[in-house]
Amino acid sequence: MIEFKTLLFYLFSAVLVLAALRVITARNPVHAVLFLVLAFFNAAGLWMLLQAEFLAITLVMVYVGAVMVLFLFVVMMLDINVERLRQGFWSYLPLGALIALLMVGEMSLVLGSGYFGAEAFPGSQVTADASNTKELARVMFTDYFFPFELASIILLVAVIVAVMLTLRKRPGNKAMHSSEQIAVQRNDRIRMVKMAVEVDAPAAKGE
Amino acid sequence: MLENFVTPDFYPAAAELFIAAMALIVLVADLIAGTNRRWVPALLTMVALVGAIVVTAATADGQTVQTFSRMFVDDLLADFLKLMTYLAVIMALVYSRRYMADRKLDSGEYYMLVLFATLGMMVMISASSLVTLYIGLELMSLSLYGLVAIDRDSKKATEAAMKYFVLGALASGLLLYGMSMLYGATGTLEIGGIAQALYQGNVPKTIAVFGLVFTVAGIAFKLGVVPFHMWVPDVYQGAPTAITLFLATAPKFAAFAMAMRLLVYGMFSLAEEWQHMLLIMAVLSIALGNLAAIAQTNIKRMLAYSAISHMGFMLLGLTSAVVGGQVEPFAVVNAYSSAMYYVVAYVLMSAAAFGMVMLLSRPGYEADTLDAFKGLNQRSPWFAAVMLMVMFSMAGIPFFIGFFAKFSVLLALIKAGYTSIAVIVVLFSLVGAFYYLRVVKLMYFDKPDDTSPIQAGVDMRAMLTINGLMIAFFGLFPDAIMVLCTTTLMRSL
Repeated sequence: MIEFKTLLFYLFSAVLVLAALRVITARNPVHAVLFLVLAFFNAAGLWMLLQAEFLAITLVMVYVGAVMVLFLFVVMMLDINVERLRQGFWSYLPLGALIALLMVGEMSLVLGSGYFGAEAFPGSQVTADASNTKELARVMFTDYFFPFELASIILLVAVIVAVMLTLRKRPGNKAMHSSEQIAVQRNDRIRMVKMAVEVDAPAAKGE
Repeated sequence: MLENFVTPDFYPAAAELFIAAMALIVLVADLIAGTNRRWVPALLTMVALVGAIVVTAATADGQTVQTFSRMFVDDLLADFLKLMTYLAVIMALVYSRRYMADRKLDSGEYYMLVLFATLGMMVMISASSLVTLYIGLELMSLSLYGLVAIDRDSKKATEAAMKYFVLGALASGLLLYGMSMLYGATGTLEIGGIAQALYQGNVPKTIAVFGLVFTVAGIAFKLGVVPFHMWVPDVYQGAPTAITLFLATAPKFAAFAMAMRLLVYGMFSLAEEWQHMLLIMAVLSIALGNLAAIAQTNIKRMLAYSAISHMGFMLLGLTSAVVGGQVEPFAVVNAYSSAMYYVVAYVLMSAAAFGMVMLLSRPGYEADTLDAFKGLNQRSPWFAAVMLMVMFSMAGIPFFIGFFAKFSVLLALIKAGYTSIAVIVVLFSLVGAFYYLRVVKLMYFDKPDDTSPIQAGVDMRAMLTINGLMIAFFGLFPDAIMVLCTTTLMRSL
C-alpha cells in the first residue's frame, strides 16, 4: 500500500518532468513560459513534501511571481520568430538525445547502487514546530555570511554588465565631434603602401 | 539561538574587504565624475590595487588562519598568489590604458569589472569551502564575460563573449555537479573536512571518484586544457586585446589556486586517480596546442594555442607528486612548486606578448596578425629585442624564465618516473619552437609592410621594458622566484 506522501511525490514529479519537456517542445513561446510556471509550481510542491515550506514559497514568489511574469511580458512584447529560432531543432535532436541518453545511462551505472537512497540519508531531526525560515535565516547570516554577501556582489556585477551592454545612445546619430576631427593625425588616415609600378595600357585607336 | 556562532575575524580578509569597498567607490565616483573625467576611475582602481598589495603584505604573517566559519583561509599560499594577482592586474591595466582609451572602451564599467573580477580571484584563492570557491569562481567569470563583451559593437567580441558564457555555464554546471557528489560522499562542504573524510576512508569511494571526475572537468575548463579548450582560441582572438591580456594573466593564478585547493588540499587521498586524469589532459594539451599553433596567422590565436600547451605543462607539475602510493614530502613540495613557478613564468611571458600586440596597434588598426611583426627590428630594435626574449622564453630556450619553468617541471616529472612522458612533451615543445622562432624570423629578416612609427605612451614603454627585463633577469637568476614558491608551499601545505 503506497503512502499518500509517496503518491503525491510521484504525481508532482511526473507533472514536473512533463511540463519541463513541454517547455522545450512547445511551439508557442507563451505556452512554453506557462509550462515553465507549471514546472515551478510542482517543484515547489516537492519542496513542500520535504517540509521546506520557506523554499517552496520563495520559489513561487520569486520565480513565478516576478521572474516568469517579466519573462511573459518580454515574450509578448518582442515579436520573436519561433520558427527561425527552432531551425535545426529536429536535425540536432537525434544526436543530442543519443548523447544525453548515453550520459544518463553511464551515470546511472555508476550511481545506481543506492548510495543516495533513503536509508543512507535519514530524515532531518527537526521537530514539527521548528521554523524553517528561522533556521535558514540563522545560517544565512552567521555561518554562510561570507558567501551570502559575495552573492549580492555577483548580483551587482550582473546589473552593471546588463546596463553596460544594453544602455546605448541612439544608433545612427550623425553628430560631429569637432575635437576628434581637429585632433586627427595624418597617420590615422593615411598608410603608405608600396605598390608595383603600373604600366599604362596602350591607348585605344580610332579617336 | 546563536550559541555556537563565533563572530568572524575580519582581519585575515582585510584585502578582500578593501577591494570590494574600492570597487563600490569606483562605481559611485564614476557616476559623479561623468564621462569627461575618465582618469577618476582609472586612478581609483590603481589606488585600490596598490592598497591591496600593502594590505596583503602587511597582514601576511605566515600563519594559516581560518575565518568566516571556516569558509575562508588565509595562508602563505593565498598571500603569495594574491600578491601575484595584483601585480598581474596592474600590469594589464598599464598596458591597456591607451588601447582602451583609443577605442573609447575605458569606461568606468571597465575598471569596476576588473576590480570585481580581481575580488572573485581573491575569494577563489582564499577559499576553504566548496561554497566560497564556487561563489568566487562565478564572480570572476561573470565579470570576465562582461569584459569580453565590452566592445559591444564588435561582432567578433560579442560572439566570443557568447561562446565563453555558454561554455562557461556548462563548465560551472559540471563543477557544481561534482561538488554535490563530493558533498554527498563526505557530508561536508569544507575542504579540510573533505580531506579528512577521504583520508579516514569510510566514504563510498565510487561516489567520491565520480565527483572528482566532474570537478577535474570544471578545473580543466577554467585552465583551458584539452579536451575543454574549445573556448580559448575564439575568446582570445575575439576579445579586445587588452581584455585578452587580462584574461590570459591574472585568472591563471586563480585557476591554479582552484586546482590546489580542490585537488591537493581537498582530495589528496585520491591523488593517484586525479594524477592520471591530469597527465592525459596535459599531454594532449601540449600536443594539440603546439601543433595547432603552427597553422595560425593571427598572433592572438597563436598565443591562445600556445596558452593551451603552457597550461598542459603546468598540469604536468601537479601530476608528479605522489608516486606508487608513496607520499614523500620533499617530492610533493618540489612538484607543486614547479607548477606554481610555471604559472608565474607563463603570466610574465603572456603579459609581455599581448603587450607587444597592443604596442603595435593604433587607433583603427589592430596588429593582431603575424605580418604586423614583420621587420619590427627596423622600426624599433629595442621592442624587437623584447619580443625576441618573450618568444625565446616561451619556446623554452635557455637562459630565459620559460626555460627554467619547463626545466623544473620536467625534473619533477622524471623524478616521478615518467621519463617517456617527459621525452614526448619535449618533442612537442620542439615542434612548438617552430612557431615562436617564426615570429623572430619575421621581425629580424623580413621587410616591414608598415613603417609608421610606434605610438605608445611612456608608461607602456616602461612596463614592456621592465617586463622583458624580468623575463631575462629571472632566467639568469631563477632561484629568486623558485625559493619563494618552495617556501610558500612548504609553509602552507
